[in-house]
Amino acid sequence: MSSRPISESRVPLLELDGVRARYGPIVALHGVSLAVEEGEIVALLGANGAGKTTTLRAVCGMVKTAGQITFAGRSIVGRSPEGVARLGIAHVPEGRGLFTELTVWDNIRMGAVVRGGQKALRENTERILGYFPWMGERRDQHAGTLSGGEQQMLALVRALVSNPKVLLLDEPSLGLAPTVTRELFSLVRRLNEEEGLTVLVVEQNAMIALDTASRAYVLEVGKVAVAGESDELKRHEGVRKSYLGY
Amino acid sequence: MRRIPTAVSFAAFVVIAIVVALLPRFMGEFRLSQFTFVALYFIALLGLNILTGYNGQISLGHGAFMGIGAYVSALLILGRPGLELYQLDPPGWLPLGNGMTPVFTIPLAGLVTGVIGLIIGIPALRLAGVSLALATFALAVSLPTIAKRFDQVTGGGGGLSLLLPEAPFGWDISTRHWLYYEAWVTAGIMFLIAWLMVRGRLGRAWRSIRDGEVAAASSGVNPALYKTLAFGVSSFYAGVAGALLVIEVSFVNPDTFPVSLSILLLASCVIGGLGALSGTLFGALVIEFLPVYSESPPLIDAEFSTQAPSVVFGALLIVIVFLLPGGFAGLLRQLSRWATRAAGRMTARRTTPAPASDS
Amino acid sequence: MAAFLQQVVSGLASGAIFASLALALVLIYRSTDVVNFAQGEMATFATYIAWSLMDHGISYWPAFVLTLVLAFLGGATIERTLIRPVEHRPEIAIVIVTIGLLIVLNGLTGWIWGAEVKAFDSPFPNETWDVGGVVISQQDVGVLVVCLVTVAALWAFFRFTTLGLVMRAVANDQTSSRLVGVRVGWMLALGWGFAAVLGAVAGMMAAPTLFLDPTMMLVVLIYAFAAAVLGGIDSPIGAVVGGLTLGVLINLLGAYVDFVGSELRLPTALFILLVVLMIRPQGLFGHVAVRRV
Repeated sequence: MSSRPISESRVPLLELDGVRARYGPIVALHGVSLAVEEGEIVALLGANGAGKTTTLRAVCGMVKTAGQITFAGRSIVGRSPEGVARLGIAHVPEGRGLFTELTVWDNIRMGAVVRGGQKALRENTERILGYFPWMGERRDQHAGTLSGGEQQMLALVRALVSNPKVLLLDEPSLGLAPTVTRELFSLVRRLNEEEGLTVLVVEQNAMIALDTASRAYVLEVGKVAVAGESDELKRHEGVRKSYLGY
Repeated sequence: MRRIPTAVSFAAFVVIAIVVALLPRFMGEFRLSQFTFVALYFIALLGLNILTGYNGQISLGHGAFMGIGAYVSALLILGRPGLELYQLDPPGWLPLGNGMTPVFTIPLAGLVTGVIGLIIGIPALRLAGVSLALATFALAVSLPTIAKRFDQVTGGGGGLSLLLPEAPFGWDISTRHWLYYEAWVTAGIMFLIAWLMVRGRLGRAWRSIRDGEVAAASSGVNPALYKTLAFGVSSFYAGVAGALLVIEVSFVNPDTFPVSLSILLLASCVIGGLGALSGTLFGALVIEFLPVYSESPPLIDAEFSTQAPSVVFGALLIVIVFLLPGGFAGLLRQLSRWATRAAGRMTARRTTPAPASDS
Repeated sequence: MAAFLQQVVSGLASGAIFASLALALVLIYRSTDVVNFAQGEMATFATYIAWSLMDHGISYWPAFVLTLVLAFLGGATIERTLIRPVEHRPEIAIVIVTIGLLIVLNGLTGWIWGAEVKAFDSPFPNETWDVGGVVISQQDVGVLVVCLVTVAALWAFFRFTTLGLVMRAVANDQTSSRLVGVRVGWMLALGWGFAAVLGAVAGMMAAPTLFLDPTMMLVVLIYAFAAAVLGGIDSPIGAVVGGLTLGVLINLLGAYVDFVGSELRLPTALFILLVVLMIRPQGLFGHVAVRRV
């Protein structure tokens, strides 16, 4: 049921070591360490306020960060969000981050505008839209008028057309009906299996996250409390009680 | 933000008061007149600081309110408050006579302007931030045009001319000296009133609205009331300053209060320090003296063009926002912090036991 | 009737100038959330540069184009050096910086070129056409055409080019733009550059009629503000429609309403501005503003 096993590469594609982050005087992360290997789907779980979103924002340089963050061997701590994006880290934030005033097609174009250019856009888009057949017809619709699930898919497409090396997904299930959520996650699995897409997904819905990811970290109060393979965590007593409800 | 301790403020006030009282002995008539202007700009800036600094409502129309005060005062001094146009007699209780004694017109001009400010403050509630700045800017630009249009009352482009002032009640004092002390005593009174308002409930309410209207409203402060009041109070101050100006210059016409005055007033308020009274005097000095000194700096022989003051003013403004957002007042606060820290260190040294020696 | 149409046409011409400057204001407001009080002075400065170029023998249209290029560079530079450092500061700080810029430019203009009024050539002949009894000034038509062509060119840029798309995205959502790798800072600088170009066009079109002096655009700026607010401070269409409407309205009011005459045109425009701000703060085409709490 879970995704492909961890690859043989030594150096993780994305690695955090002792990362601390704060919003002004409030410290949100107290030393988070995690790693994502190429071709993996890794989940980041935890309650509200545990620091999951902050972790993704730290990777993208959107919050004051200290500690080590390495991507493909290079340190990216302190880089601007646009700099991180240009390296190939695509971040789909909470709330999807769409350009609500632009059309569906313009949103997709924006995904490739920096990384890739016209040719890559055309090639990628055809391939990626293959996973989302309905989107082609809605090209000229304003992104702000799409439903929640459709917006999430569009955000995903926009992230994918940039040919990212890592996809950061922040709470994709937020505000979505269970069927739509399942559809979304199975899409993510397909992309991982067929395209080798590396994903770090933050989720409150621990069940579906553990079903999709091969490994997971559980954050509590800004620190990693538990880590391991998804199957292990599903059997872990603490995790079961707090996040899986049985 | 630690405020300057009251004792220091009080001491500073006394020192400044003494300096102001003794200054006339050391200067000629022209200088004296310049310092009279400093006093009235000081009053105007106190009002603007209350509105924009303490209450956060950006006003680019303060010069217009000064203009209103000036015209009111001039009309009262001339004994023609304009009512005869409408076939009305001036009210009996107004001691107009053949023209009101100038010094009495000061509070009246302030009151009229203050009431107009209150009235304007009500629609201003609907505007925030930049919209308000635009609307008040509009006011400042319109006033000269409106003054020219209603020329039967305002004397149109020619304006109103007053007789040269004399010390009232037959006091034996030179005119320039009288005007100087009249302005500074008024300034002192206005400052004390401002100081009391700002320290008390009014000031707290104003500041809380500036820092977050929604939060202020939920803690029981009525934003509409206090914002309108701020407008009224600041216009009152502007009116008083305008009255003093027309008394000093014996003349007012639409060009006395161009929009550039409103801009300069806001700029000097920022330079002095928004939201703190301690820098306002510095702002007044800047308004009066910076133009002079930019043109011919004392040590340099060259004479820059008359446009140099603008360039310096504008550049100073930008530099202040970048480097010293608290303006001159912020500088004073920083200095007082260092002074307190240094004093603390000295007393600590005296009370800490000497380090243990090896004997 | 003929007189009425004449007023309308000349109102459209002045309205086109207001519209250009108003569009500049809206452009900057949409992308950087800043109301640029110095927009008028920037336009004046650019117009003086054009004057200098022509004074040195360069003919009109080459000078015009060169001025646009210089204005673009100037606007972008101002954004990078003066606005960027304060973009996260509270509103009043940014307002003060633009006011400071206004003061500096006003002073610089007078310093470099002197405060005496100068004449500025118009590329359009000082003649009229007679269209069925209505006398139309060629100058007015020329101004109208130039302004509208500039606005149309800008519209086309935003609509059809990739760079235009990126700028529209940045105006919509800066953070999301960063997440797709857009260097937002440079896009903002471009926005200021284009705004400066619009201002320069407005200035050069206005100068033949208003005569060139350091405060030439101050009054135009106020009309432009009124037009932008009337149309909706975040709506480009609103700026253009607002500008043209205001131009015609003011002209007609000035001609047919005795009370307004020629002196009270500006206060009347401002009165309209105030009324609009009170009744419908978002203007004709704008969106309801989200209050910054």
